[in-house]
Order: sequence, then C-alpha cells, then structure tokens
Amino acid sequence: MRHDHITSTKQLSRGDIEAILDRASDIAADPSAYADRQEDALLGLLFFEPSTRTKMSFSAAIKRLGGDIVDMGPVDSSSVKKGESLADTVRVVEGYADALVVRHPSEGSAQMASEYVDVPLINAGDGAGQHPTQTLLDLYTIRESAGLDGLTIGIMGDLKYGRTVHSLAQALTNFDASQHFVSPESLKLPRNVRYDLHEEGSSIKEHTDLETILPSLDVLYVTRIQQERFPDESEYRAVAGEYQIDADLLSAAKDDLTVMHPLPRVDEIAYDVDETSHAKYFEQAHNGVPVRMALLDTLLEGEP
Amino acid sequence: MTDRELRVSKIENGTVIDHIPGGQALNVLAILGIDGTSGEVVSIGMNVPSDRLGRKDVVKVEDRELSQSELDVLSLIAPAATINIIRGYEVAEKHRVERPTEVSGILQCSNHNCISVDDEPITPRFEVLDDGVRCVYCDTIIRDDLPAHILV
Repeated sequence: MRHDHITSTKQLSRGDIEAILDRASDIAADPSAYADRQEDALLGLLFFEPSTRTKMSFSAAIKRLGGDIVDMGPVDSSSVKKGESLADTVRVVEGYADALVVRHPSEGSAQMASEYVDVPLINAGDGAGQHPTQTLLDLYTIRESAGLDGLTIGIMGDLKYGRTVHSLAQALTNFDASQHFVSPESLKLPRNVRYDLHEEGSSIKEHTDLETILPSLDVLYVTRIQQERFPDESEYRAVAGEYQIDADLLSAAKDDLTVMHPLPRVDEIAYDVDETSHAKYFEQAHNGVPVRMALLDTLLEGEP
Repeated sequence: MTDRELRVSKIENGTVIDHIPGGQALNVLAILGIDGTSGEVVSIGMNVPSDRLGRKDVVKVEDRELSQSELDVLSLIAPAATINIIRGYEVAEKHRVERPTEVSGILQCSNHNCISVDDEPITPRFEVLDDGVRCVYCDTIIRDDLPAHILV
C-alpha cells in the first residue's frame, strides 16, 4: 500500500483493501504473533466529537500491537477550547506520536489535516464525509459472512449524511457487488457519491422501501435515521418507522442474509433480530480491532 | 458604422472578452469583481447574433488586463471565450481560455460544514470536472451558479 494517510476509501484499490483484510485475518487467527509488532509505537488520538467504538477499538488495536496511545481528551479540556485551529493542533501532536487518528465534525477535515503532517494520519470520521476504517471492518465482516464478489447488498437509512454509507458504497465499486440503496426521498445518496459510483461504472439502484428487494439480498446494511435531519418530530417518526426491521420482516429474506449496522442503533433494528442467525452487527463491531491492527501495522511499517 | 457605435465598440487600452455564452455577461463582470463602483469603463453586448454560439455576449473593459486566476474562473462559465488584449486601439494579444485541472483561491465551497470555510489556514481548492467543480476537501460538487461562489 503506497498511502501515507487514510482519508477516504476512494484512494484504496482492491489490492490495498485485500492486503489489509488478509492481514486482519492473520491477526484474528493468531493475535499473539502480532503482540510486539509495534512495540513503543505511540498513536495520537484526536477526537473532536464523541466516539465509543472507533476510539476504543483504535486504542485496543495499538495496545495489542505492543504500542500505546496519547489522547487529546475531550475538546472541552484541550487547546481547541482556546480557539486553536485543527491545522495547528495536528502539527503540534505529530511531534508526540508515530501516527494520528482524527475525528472532526467538518467534512474534509482529515484531508486538510493530512496536508500538514508527515506521520500517517487516519480519518476516523469527518462530519458527513467519510469513515474509511469503518468500511474496512465492514468489508472484513462481509467477506467473512457472504464474500465480496457476486454480492447483492442493500444499504438502508440515512444515505445522504451517513459517512459509513459513503465510504462503503465507494469501496464496493472495487468488487463485483450489486448495490441497492433504500432510503426516504430526502435522504438519498449525495451528488458527489453518485458521481463517483457513476464514474466507476456502477449502476445506482434506488428504492424507497425495503420489501421488494429484501428477498434478493445477501447483506442488509442498516443505518440510523437521525431526528435532526427532519423539520419536525412527527415527520421524522412517520419516515423513520418505514426503515425499521424486526425478526418478522426478515422471514421474507434469504436464510443466510447477513444484517449489519455500524452502531449505535436506536430502534431501527428490533432486539428480536439479535437472536436470529442474521445478526452480525456485534461481530462487526468486534472486527474493528483486528482490522485496525492490520491497518496500523501496515501504515507504521511502511510497505507491507 | 456611425460615430456613436464606434465610441461603444472601440477601446484604446483594455480587454475585450468575446464569445461568452448569451446571458452570461453579468456573471463575467462578477468574476472580474466589477460592480460599477470601482470606476472602470465597461461596455456590454448581450445576446448578439453569433455563427458559433447562436447568441453571444461581449464584454469590453477599459484599462484592465485579466489575471490568470480570473481567466481560470472565466473558463468555467465561458469555455469558448476569446480574450483580446487591446493596446493603442489595436489587438495586441489574442487568447482562448483554457480549462485548468484545478482552481485555487477563487471559489468558496457551498458546503457550510466544509473545513475550507472554517477558520483554518487553507486556500479553498477545486478539481475542475467536465460540468462543474469539486471541492478537494469535502468532495462537494458545484455545477450551477458558480459566480455566486466566487471569493471576494
């Protein structure tokens, strides 16, 4: 892989993705073989907005490689509170760490930050833009459960603002995957993602309801529709209810359908789905550690 | 040609921008930052019959030559434009505009949540597409109303 920074899945080729997933598989099979791989490496964590899974799994990943973290901590107790720019913050923190992980509420923040540092910088979510490491663990989960080629996937929920959706849709253009997009009219894929899919020769199959395509799906990727995207609560409730699934609805799906979700969920996947063989979202979250270990190991050692 | 027409059409020194798509002349003036308050002498022809474009606009600005960044943005809304630099009533230079692959520091991103509109030390940059521009930071594509996004 010839990238110093990971800011978007658009920069990743099929070969890049497969190399990381292969390494993640090796790690998952024998974690102890990687326990000292990045001894003494320090990972700088700069989270300008809340995170549970991403931040904790990056911390676990570097520690399981033998390294450690230096954490900026909450924005309220950092120099950002004093008005420091992101460009200045990353230039300072790169002196403390061997690689940086940045989550920031503005789109394009990781791209901009990467222009100011020499150490590898990883985008852990930039507003409604991209979340490439989530995509890598999503692809790992899909590869384990359904395979990445000959795949029919439904991606449902907030496709307009969902950064995990943007990264996943763009990454899947590297594979023989038929993508169906299920959302309310107001939350369809944004123009830039449509443009990229079109450029890659992918057809964009859009639906406003799940039921017609559910029986054909190998994977259903569910995302949360947030109330703040709607002008009032009643409109939100009317729309969001259309994009919730439960065990009863999944009786129309293939027996081996894989249901995924980047989490956290609110009520878009009923708890009764957890008990079915379709549910893979907790496994998906757990896969964040070996996949991020593989990515960090690759970036910190240079060429794989 | 009457004297009256001559006074409008001939300039001593300045720039004539020809072959602007019909109706875009005011946007060209916006790109040049000309709103009538800065004193330049400007003549405009709008929807003039043209063999090449059907209808074209022509803008003549006295005592002004265009910068490269102005030409770059001009190319986005008037890709067929020709630029005639006039010195001493004669055409001293004649250029076609060329679409650059990237424009920097002349357009502002339309996405209010883009890092390039925050208080950061960066210059907004856009990749030029066949039918618009794309922010290199947040990927937002701007197709319509480019002059509304010109940095002033």
